[in-house]
Amino acid sequence: MKTYFFSIVLTTSLGGILRLLILRSDYRQYPTYPHGYISHLSLGFIAAALGAVALPALLAEEFVAVTFLAMAAQQFREIRNTERETLASLDTNELVPRGQHYIEGIARDFEARNFLIIASTLVLSALDLALLRGYGLLFRVTGLVAATLLIYFIIRNIAKDKRLEHLADIRQGEVHFEGPNVFVDDIHFMNLGLEEAREEYLNRALGLVLVPKTIDAAATLANIGQRQAIVHICAKLLGIYKDVDTPEFTPLVRRQIKSGKLGLLIIPATRDPQALIAAVKRVPVLEGSVSKPSKSHAGRERDDYQD
Amino acid sequence: MTIIKTSLGNIVLATVVLAEASQLVASGGAGPVYVARDAQEQQRIVKYLSKITEGVVHDLENGVLIIVHH
Repeated sequence: MKTYFFSIVLTTSLGGILRLLILRSDYRQYPTYPHGYISHLSLGFIAAALGAVALPALLAEEFVAVTFLAMAAQQFREIRNTERETLASLDTNELVPRGQHYIEGIARDFEARNFLIIASTLVLSALDLALLRGYGLLFRVTGLVAATLLIYFIIRNIAKDKRLEHLADIRQGEVHFEGPNVFVDDIHFMNLGLEEAREEYLNRALGLVLVPKTIDAAATLANIGQRQAIVHICAKLLGIYKDVDTPEFTPLVRRQIKSGKLGLLIIPATRDPQALIAAVKRVPVLEGSVSKPSKSHAGRERDDYQD
Repeated sequence: MTIIKTSLGNIVLATVVLAEASQLVASGGAGPVYVARDAQEQQRIVKYLSKITEGVVHDLENGVLIIVHH
């Protein structure tokens, strides 16, 4: 194994750095505390080491080592459970929760990223052993660093989330009352009996209307988890005018069942419509809420289907 | 594991009626019925009750206000 030692160390380090790079790009989605950062980084390094060792182990005909690799890889599935549990328990203390769906998406991301690192270091070590091993040290390191950067950009493009602005046209709507019922344009939200609450809504609330661009977008936006993610992110980014004893100020996303368009009603801490639109536009489309009726025969037969 | 509440199948915690509408509420069901002398008192009672119970006030538009926990 000694002949491969340098290759293993090099690819492991590069894999670890790659994990750090991906973690950074993920910072907005999961504002993690320093300790979360450390634990993910160390797991990333372990994943990198696994990927880096696999090929040399095979070449050295250490087949037992390869079996252990498979077992170790199994452990990474645990990350998903851990993330899910942590986030779910934190979620109970949020004024506007993330929701199970969003949490599941984040947990899945973290699991997948470790597998991505294993795959990337596997590619790096293959590259090193097959092509670069004969060359001088400097060339080898430069070549691998270049490959790492290339992989980083590929991952960033593949893992790029779709955002709400791709699915829907977003515009501001007018918050108004008909009797005790609050509306954004023609979308009904709820019945409010407390006069003070009605005044607060009239003075401070913002309303948005999200019109889905396609039938696929309409199906995706109907998902309750997706809607919860929207209100959570808006509440996080704009601040929220609410406490535990004022549940009537909970931000809502309602669906107009006739047209499938969504309305968002929120009382933000700062009343800035442009900031709210910007926040909603950048809400990630959750992987689990995506549905594509247009990919089916029946979906294309629908009257509202447009090419 | 948290479950997102999506249904409106929620509990009526209390009902506050104006005196002239008190015959609109039959007995039975959940929560007490409070009778208010006028609209101002009615608003005050629902405000207190909604804060205390962490419920939301809904207006049935016939002088009856209910407080529901969502």
